[in-house]
Amino acid sequence: MVRLFNAVGRSVVSFCNYIGEVVLLAADTFRSLFTHRLRWNLFLRQIVEIGLLSQLVVVITGAFTGAVFAAQTYFQFAKLGIGSGVGAVVSVSLCRELGPVLTALMVTGRVGASMSAEIGTMKVTEQIDALRALAVYPVDYLVVPRMLAMIVSMPLLVAECVAFGIVAGYFIAVHLLGVYGPYFVANMVRWTQMRDIVMFLTKAICFAFLIVFISCHKGLTAREGAVGVGKATTEAVVNVSLAVLICNFFLTMFLNIIFPAGYQ
Amino acid sequence: MAVFMENGNEQPGVGGAMISVRSLAKRIGEQEILRGVTLDVARGETLAIIGRSGGGKSVLLKHLIGLMNPNEGEIWVDGQNIIGLTERQLAAIRQKVGILFQGAALFDSMTVAENVAFPLREAGERDAGVLRERVREMLDVVELEGQEEKMPVSLSGGMKKRVGLARSIIRRPSCVLYDEPTSGLDPVVSDSINRLIARLQQRFGMTSVVVTHDMKSAFQVANHIAYLHEGKIYFHGTPQELQATSDPILQDFLLGRSESQPEL
Repeated sequence: MVRLFNAVGRSVVSFCNYIGEVVLLAADTFRSLFTHRLRWNLFLRQIVEIGLLSQLVVVITGAFTGAVFAAQTYFQFAKLGIGSGVGAVVSVSLCRELGPVLTALMVTGRVGASMSAEIGTMKVTEQIDALRALAVYPVDYLVVPRMLAMIVSMPLLVAECVAFGIVAGYFIAVHLLGVYGPYFVANMVRWTQMRDIVMFLTKAICFAFLIVFISCHKGLTAREGAVGVGKATTEAVVNVSLAVLICNFFLTMFLNIIFPAGYQ
Repeated sequence: MAVFMENGNEQPGVGGAMISVRSLAKRIGEQEILRGVTLDVARGETLAIIGRSGGGKSVLLKHLIGLMNPNEGEIWVDGQNIIGLTERQLAAIRQKVGILFQGAALFDSMTVAENVAFPLREAGERDAGVLRERVREMLDVVELEGQEEKMPVSLSGGMKKRVGLARSIIRRPSCVLYDEPTSGLDPVVSDSINRLIARLQQRFGMTSVVVTHDMKSAFQVANHIAYLHEGKIYFHGTPQELQATSDPILQDFLLGRSESQPEL
């Protein structure tokens, strides 16, 4: 029994320690952002890496999710004779939940893993020590540009995901399942409010922070050569994915108080 | 005169020395790596720190530039105690001290020229002409003219170390630390690196600390040699004094005998 308590206690302490380290990294990054010069060339390079090169993945994810969601919704709604409501459901769901979460998960797999692996490799090959030895603070050089690029890119990627989801949903509902197009659009416009857009923007920025800080932290604390980098990368993807899903639940509950769902 | 420091209590004065280490102790996990190292490096001298592999030489070197924090002891660099300084406070010290890492630690996303120019660029130099000229000058010093556009992955081990050296001296530091500069190199390349270290010392009058277990290298470049044994400085004297010693531990090391040495 004592051994069980010890094991549980150790895990709790270790978890709190980990959360503390990530929060300290975040605090250090914000301090650095406001007190040290931004390296614009690194920021622009990260914009390309995160924003531009993630587009195909995000567009495909959004389009196919919108398409399948429209089809499934239509199959159920058609039984009740409200097939034209598909547009509203697809649009609101993509804005409030599916768009931000799926984009975050895809960006985690593509960019978070790459951040963790790149920084982890720099750590184990002493490149981070070289930065420090050359009087460059690694957070200024590695984390700040990534964080800013992620904050700029994520809302745009989520918007892209939502837009392509709606377009694909429209195509499936109208051209394949026979929903009357103007009704699809009218219901979508009527039920999709500014608060839904504010919600996806809020979630996009929160998820951007989670992806950057957890991935960079895993990279900066990577150990034991190639095995350590692989482990750090895997843990980064798993931890960010879990954090996004858990955080999404709490954000939904909290934001629903401020921006309640449904037609007001 | 050679000094045998079995208990590490003999502490020469701090004044005048470029680097002074006092009672430095470092534990990593359960293992005691350094157990009260006391050492002085005079301005303009080249000190070779020798000792067995895994004996803590590189750990000691990393302490000298604040890349690792000791459990106990003091380190004075150019008259300033660096223990307890934050990363940002250490930046001023690190501009005075260059380091060549064992694996060179070149930034693998940058060309040779970008690697060498990195410290100047980070120090705020933006003039492309000045940067190009300084890079050419440094590559000339390390005998790598015309290699500016190569990527680190296409360089040999010896070339990487030369580029790392060019990068570490481009800001004209008053002291350079070398971590195993000849490890993994063939005898001819090792000899050229040793000659380069000696030439740099003569040309720029830099204080140098060379960590090595290559005795030929130590005798070729050093004015003084310190032998690190079981976490302490066991011997500190001139190369001639080391060669003349009859101490069995030093003799075993010099002659490469393993019988009386404990396994690390």
